Parts: sequence; C-alpha cells; structure tokens
Amino acid sequence: MAGSRDDIRAVASDDAAYPAALRTIADPPPVLYVRGTVRPGDVRAVAVVGTRRASAYGAQAARYLAGGLARNGVTVVSGLARGIDAVAHDAALLAGGRTLAVLGCGVDVTYPPEHRRLAERIVASGALLAEVPPGTPPLRFQFPRRNRLISGLCAGVVVVEGREDSGALITACAALEQGRDVFAVPGPIFDPRTAAPHGLLRDGAAPVTCAEDILDALGWPVTDPAVPDVGPPLNGEEEQVFAHLELTPQTTDEIVLRSRLRAAAVARSLVVLECRGLVTVLPGPRYVRRFAGGPVGKAQARHWSSSSRPPKPAR
Amino acid sequence: MLARIRSAAIHGIEAYPVDVEVDVGRGLPSFAIVGLPDPAVQEAKERVRAAIRNAGYDIPPRRITVNLAPADIRKAGPAFDLPMAIGVLTAAAQVRLRGLPETMLVGELSLDGTLRPITGTLPVALAARAAGMRALVVPDRNGPEASLVPGLAVHAARTLAEVLGHLDGTALLPVLPPAPPAAAGEGEDDVDFNEVRGHAAARRALEIAAAGGHNVLLLGPPGTGKTMLARRVPTILPPLERSEAMVVRQIYSVAGLLPAGAPAGRVRPFRSPHHTTSAAAMTGGGIPPRPGEVTLAHHGVLFMDELPEFRRDVLEALRQPMEDRVVTVARVASTVRFPASFMLLAAMNPCPCGHHGDPARDCLCTPPQVRRYRARLSGPLLDRIDLHVGVPRLSGDDIALAGGAESSCVMRGRVREARGRQTARFGTPGTTNALLSARQLRRLCRLDESGPAFLRTATDRLALSARAHDRVLRVARTIADLEGDVTVTAAHVAEAIQYRVLDRPAAGSLDTL
Repeated sequence: MAGSRDDIRAVASDDAAYPAALRTIADPPPVLYVRGTVRPGDVRAVAVVGTRRASAYGAQAARYLAGGLARNGVTVVSGLARGIDAVAHDAALLAGGRTLAVLGCGVDVTYPPEHRRLAERIVASGALLAEVPPGTPPLRFQFPRRNRLISGLCAGVVVVEGREDSGALITACAALEQGRDVFAVPGPIFDPRTAAPHGLLRDGAAPVTCAEDILDALGWPVTDPAVPDVGPPLNGEEEQVFAHLELTPQTTDEIVLRSRLRAAAVARSLVVLECRGLVTVLPGPRYVRRFAGGPVGKAQARHWSSSSRPPKPAR
Repeated sequence: MLARIRSAAIHGIEAYPVDVEVDVGRGLPSFAIVGLPDPAVQEAKERVRAAIRNAGYDIPPRRITVNLAPADIRKAGPAFDLPMAIGVLTAAAQVRLRGLPETMLVGELSLDGTLRPITGTLPVALAARAAGMRALVVPDRNGPEASLVPGLAVHAARTLAEVLGHLDGTALLPVLPPAPPAAAGEGEDDVDFNEVRGHAAARRALEIAAAGGHNVLLLGPPGTGKTMLARRVPTILPPLERSEAMVVRQIYSVAGLLPAGAPAGRVRPFRSPHHTTSAAAMTGGGIPPRPGEVTLAHHGVLFMDELPEFRRDVLEALRQPMEDRVVTVARVASTVRFPASFMLLAAMNPCPCGHHGDPARDCLCTPPQVRRYRARLSGPLLDRIDLHVGVPRLSGDDIALAGGAESSCVMRGRVREARGRQTARFGTPGTTNALLSARQLRRLCRLDESGPAFLRTATDRLALSARAHDRVLRVARTIADLEGDVTVTAAHVAEAIQYRVLDRPAAGSLDTL
C-alpha cells in the first residue's frame, strides 16, 4: 500500500491549513502530511486514547464518550491503533461527527492492516495526519513521538484504559506539558487495565462518566439533546424495549426476560431502535442504549459529576 | 447346462436388475466370474463353493462360468453369492427349482451356508417390483426392510438350504406381511425444546428456520447451549411425507444403516459429522460410491458443530449440494447422483478462544486471529446461510428468571401451519422459502408500502452488506408465513435483519470493537 498518492498534502507550519492548536506546543512538526481535510472547527477537539487490548467495558466506555463528544460537535482525535483508539474513531464516525487520526507511520501506510476500511472512512469525514513522510513504515520509536501530536491537537485527553506502562500515559504526560486537560475513566479496580486511568485520577485528573463531564470542564456547550428527535414516535413495543435498555450491555434474551415481550417483538424493535440511532449493538450481540436515558437519568448524572469533581489538576 | 437367476445391484441409491448366468460345461475344472466383478464379487467363488458343500451338495468338477449381465457395469459387494450358488446347483442339475424367472434372489453366504444380511435391500425390492418380479428372497435380517415394498412377495431365509427347500417346493417360506407405513407420531424424540431454558431469541430463530427450511449459523461462546438447541431442531420439523420417508429409508438401506442407524418412523434425519470428517465422507464416495453425510441428512438436518474447524475442502464441497440439492459423485467408472436436500445447522465460536463479545470472560485472541478464524468460512458458503444467530451466555439469574419454555409440539404446530402456507403458494409440498430463486423471491416477497423505505434505511444505517439483502427478504417471507400474513411488512423485515449478525459490522464484530 505504500507509495505516493494524489490525496496527500504536505502542510507547512506557516500554512493556513496547519492545525492552529499544534502551533502552541513546544516542538511542532515543521511539516504535517494530511490525507483528508482538517477544518478550522477541529480546534474543538478531544483525544480518546487507551489500550490496544480493551475490555468489553473499556470499549463500551470509549464508544459512549466518543459518540457523545461527536454528537456535541467535538472532533474526536486518536491514534488508529487497535482497541480503544479504533472504537473511538468508529463511534465518532457512526455519530456523524468528525475524527482525526494521528499516525506513527506514513499516512498512506495502514497500520494495523485490518483498519484499512476504518482509515478510508476517517479520510471521508476527517483526516489522517502524520509528521513522518508518506511511505514511512510503522516503527516502534515513532509512536511515542506521535502521541504528543494527539494531545497537541486537542483541548483535552481522555484516558480510557491502560496498564501501568501504557502509551496512553505518554499522551497524558504530553497533554500536561502542553497545558491540556487530562480526564480519566474509572473502572473496576481489579483489572490491571485500569492502572493508568486510576493513577491519573490519583494525580488529579478529572474523572469522566459521560461526555457532558468533558464538555463542562472545557467550558463547551452541551448542544445535543438527551434523546434526539428520531422521527415518528415509537410504537408500544419499541417504547417498552427502549425502556428496558440500559447502559450495561444486555442480550436479546435478557431483554425478552425483563420486558416479558415475545422474542419476535424484541428482535424487530431492536432493529427499529438501531435504525433510529437509539441503541448501539456490541459484540455478542449485546445491546446498550445510545444515550444516558431520559431526563431523569441525565439530571442525576449531572448532579453527581458537578458536586464530586475534584479541583482541576495543577498545571 | 445353463441357468439364469435374477438378482440386482446398487447404483447410487437405486438398484438395477442383474442376470446371474451360470454355465456348467465340459473342460478343466474351474470357476470363473465375468461381467466386471469387483474383488468382493470375485471372492464369491470361495464362499459359494464352501457354502454348497456345507449345505450337503457337491460342486461338480467341471468348468463353471458365471456372467453378470449387463456386463459393462462394475458389480460390487457380496449380494450375488446366493444367486450364484443357486445358479451353480441348477446348472449342474443337482436341484430342480420352480419359479426362478419371477423370483429375485440376493444375499451373502457364509462358508457354512447361512445367509448374511446385505446393504441396499430396500432399493433391491423396489427394483424387483419395477422389473415385474413376483417374489424376492432375502436374508432374514433384511426381511423387514424388503417388506416395506407392497406388491411383492418377500421371503426371508436363514440358510442356503432353506432357499433351496423353498424353491423346490418341499418347505415353502412364508410371505412376510407387508410392513405398515410409518405413522406420523412414531418414533417420538427423546429430546424436547421445553428442556431448554432461556434462549428465547435463538428458539425463535430456529422456529423460523424450520418453517422456511433455512440454513442457520449459531454463533456463541462455548457451553452456551448451541449443540443443545441444534439437537432439538428435528423435533419441530413436520414429519416426513410418506414418499420422503421412503427415499430416506432407501438411502439408509444403501448405507447399511437400517434399521438401527436410521431415524425411526417419519422423524427427519439428524446428522452431526465430526469436524475431522473428510470431503469424501461428507459428499459420498468410495467404489462403488456410497452416500455421504449430506445425503444421509436428505430431508433432514445436517448439523456441523465448530464449523470453522472443518477442513477447507469439506466446507467448499458443501456448496454444490447446498445449491443444487443433489450431490454428484464423479469417478472414473461411473457418475452417481445422490439426493442431498438438507437444512444446514452450523455452530461456531465467535473466535478461536471462544470468548469474543462475552462480557464475563476476556477474549485472548488478537484481532487478526479472530479475522482469520472467521475467514475460514468463505463468502459463497456464508451466502447460502440465511440466518446467523447469536447464542450468548446466560447468567444464573436469567436461567432462574426464564420460566417454563414452550414444548416442541407447540412450536411444530406453528411450523406446520407456515409450511402449509408455503405449499399453498408454490403448489408443491416440501417446497420452502429457502429454495426460492432470485426471480421468485422478487415476485413472492412483495413488500407492503412501509417495507421498501424501511429496508433502504436499515441497509444504510446498519451497513448491511449487499448479499444480506436477498437473504433478509427470504427470511422476512417466512416470518410473514409464520404470522399468517399475506404481504411482507416492515416489521417482518426488521426481525429478519436481526438474524444477520455476521453482516453487521458492529454486532458481528468482524472488526476490533
């Protein structure tokens, strides 16, 4: 796949198309290679990063947060790696938002190879960026350097999951040096993959339980309604199935058992709800509602997050 | 002197008449068999010689020639022992027998003159009737099988001496009473769907599959009940039609699996070959070609557990019978077509370790491993599977919550009604929605006004693949039949989409998510 392509542009740091946020960091790359488009609106960006070997919980958290950010007009930035990165990009795209991927290899080289399709989708609704020239193979040492660009492009960095030595911590450190906010997603304490976010929380990062937490902290408006307008009203069955959906993944069988509806009714309602964008399908298949819930659920989440948020980390 | 005895040989699952001609003449004592005999037929001379002597007769020390006519088809198996022995004795004028021209004889001889059972007695009996024979003499263990054919006097003999006694009129063997056709309720299964707790979604999907004859892939972690569910699918299928039951018996007769190895009564066959099965054992093969698993599953269910673990050539060999409903086994000597109209039920883990998508256990596989595992199933094969169903792990709470489940009998009632509607539509019994051609599909799966728009939205929003489109319509047609609706509505389409797990990037998780 390596080789020159027509759609790659080299953007110098004095170019108008050069992302403004990067000019503010200590060592901005003199030239940035771009596939896709970077827009002025992409200054409102948040990075969602984490382990390549995500747990089901981590993947769901990344999907939930990245989706929520994207729906509120925030550009989601990540590194196109397996695991959390890929989920974050995918969720942003599915939400119809913008996403930028900063690569450690040339923008015409897809690594890992199974993300070729994902990369094409990103080019269509965002951009692939790299400071190394096209054709550069993915080499280990380039990835840590790349991480400073991920944080540099953003106003904040969300660390979802990672072990003690996770690359996400490199991004978080770079974010602190660059004066960006650092957020961390709490998780089960026995899972070694929560070591990185919990370490950051101990050091003063802001805990995140929903996209609104991040928007509040950055002072950006919450524009997305709790449950968006999805066209004609739901019918009785669909309403009932939706009422039984939670943010914890459930199988069709579990929904059948709780709702006391027929399996056929649950099956067709889930497809309708998915088409309306109200439910997300996770592997299994398991189903979660796309939004934190009705007005009640959301108000509660806001209340807790605003009263128990620790002071911002000192910078 | 010359003797001509009527017998029969097997080709595919059918038999054709063979004349065993025996000449005993002058010349150096010898025993020659001509007419393309295979080794088992060639060795018959030793068995015939010993059996005749041990039955109390003499082999004449003369030149004996046996011809199996027609002489240009390869004959196999030991079923010609009995007609050869009778022929030798007749030709040597040691016995004087009556009724030979209208009696067909088959049977393997042991050295002491007792008759041993042969395979394929049922098709032989059918061939005997078709050839205008009045009587058929078979080894006694094959008697019940032969008596399934009405309009033929079947005699079961234990020894060569009994056959001789019957044919010379000194000790007539009774005519076996014709076996009554299998009753619909006969051979009730020892498993039932009411033993499965929970799994409402999978049960519904299997009911749809049974109603429309669709192929199904069950996808789930190990130990969640995929095999348990699959085993119970035959219990919700309508019983075999009489004509179907006859063909199934014929197949099992040729395979040598009657009576013990065959499904009882009019229960549909259920075959579950192990994943180490070879392509020849799957499609049929050997010399002469014998039916393989796809044929043994004819009119029934072929269950392939751990589908990706099957060898690639085995999986690819399934494609032709799944499309044509027959399998053609071509060998140098002959080409045989076996019927192979089965419902494929496959089960697989979502990944090599089995825990992908299971929140209780972490999947240990890398994304490329998962991808490679799934890629073992080729697109064309998946294309022929209408329903992909997730069978997730149930928590203890859910198992406790799940109340009494429906019995197979109730489900079968609905399946039968849905099949009745299909029969009324197609005009031929046994034709199901799974067999619809693309053109029929377009004609018969008319969507009502809400349908097309919904299908378009769903295809876009859920990133359904193009190949999913026709499958969804087909399954939606069956769902409408189950509900008793004439037109296919958006609700039917919506439910059908739910059973396309592998076509859905997120739900099927072909990516890293």
